[in-house]
Amino acid sequence: MADKAGKIINRQLFTENQVLRQVLGICSSLAVTNTMSNSLVMGLGLSFVTALSSMTLSAMRSIIPHRVRMLAQTLVIAVYVILVDLFLKAFLPEISKTLGPYVGLIITNCIIMGRAEAYAQKNPPLPALIDGFFSGLGYTGVLLMVALIREVLGFGTVFGMNVNFAGFETWTIMLMPPAAFFIIGSFIWLLGARAAKKAAKTAK
Amino acid sequence: MPQISPFVIFFASIITSNMVLSNFLGMCSYLSVSGEYKTATGLGMAVTMVLTLTTVINWAVYHYIIVPLEIEYLQYIIFIMVIAAVVQILEMLMDRYMPDLHAKLGIFLPLITVNCAIFGVTLFTVIRSYGFLQTLLFGIGSGLGWWLAINMLAAIREKMAKNKLPAGMSGTAVSFIITGIMAMAFMGFSGIFTIQ
Repeated sequence: MADKAGKIINRQLFTENQVLRQVLGICSSLAVTNTMSNSLVMGLGLSFVTALSSMTLSAMRSIIPHRVRMLAQTLVIAVYVILVDLFLKAFLPEISKTLGPYVGLIITNCIIMGRAEAYAQKNPPLPALIDGFFSGLGYTGVLLMVALIREVLGFGTVFGMNVNFAGFETWTIMLMPPAAFFIIGSFIWLLGARAAKKAAKTAK
Repeated sequence: MPQISPFVIFFASIITSNMVLSNFLGMCSYLSVSGEYKTATGLGMAVTMVLTLTTVINWAVYHYIIVPLEIEYLQYIIFIMVIAAVVQILEMLMDRYMPDLHAKLGIFLPLITVNCAIFGVTLFTVIRSYGFLQTLLFGIGSGLGWWLAINMLAAIREKMAKNKLPAGMSGTAVSFIITGIMAMAFMGFSGIFTIQ
């Protein structure tokens, strides 16, 4: 019952986006979206961990006893998170410092556990890899959208490059926590409203 | 690093550095269990208890086991296992000695293992290299702050349960907006205490 790759990709990037439709992995998507570069690094890190842990768990799914699978999943995820953490510390120490505890918190990101439970559990390794990777990319996409709004309005920059025009006063509130809540809330609202409209149309 | 008074940390972690409103931790259960005031209170109580315990235990594990053995790179795995073990033991102890409390809080305990607030607070204490008293009060304060936030959200949501909202907004989207407004209100406290 392996799904087609295209179908998985479409589902994970758009129709069942983990952040906006399933409301998973919210903590980090709120916390790191004050700049684009933080969001990109975080998103790629998460995609890497989700993809590889899904693949590993899917490959091991017949040998892990059902009762201890949560523990096994956490351990596998933690191993990959440690890899990401060490990589960031070695090659991107600046970003690693600003992300702070949020890199370690990838372990408790519900997206990864969610994919492991909902998909990798019942599917062969390759589709699980694709599924994990693109659910990570869907998350990255949302992060980048939120970060774009916050960074342009808050700092007047995109990836640190100045896009500020004369007479534009930056909005400090955009860098503060409330803005993150408002922006993600509005995204979820827009998607929810669209889904509701679609459902109403098909019902007719 | 200058030592911050533990009491400043305590109040700051409730008000100005609230786990939910300024650090965005523990959002999953915060959003999903805030529909009812009573349930939110139960979860808040359980989180405060587990948070205090695990933060202190993880602090001890870090300083007396991880640092002497120089296995800092394994810290995430160890912290997670400690949290899972503490929750498990707490559940068994509660079941045995405090059945009333267990009946009330028992269902929340497994949820807590994957609550990122617990893990996040531990990581904060390590990154900021807190001492014992600082860690203890930071743990208690963060728990109380989380409890305060979820209770406020639950109270507001219960009040507006019958209000008519635009299509697609009820549930998660409106919780985000409410939390945003709460976070803005809490920004008014900033400057009283600073720990970050």
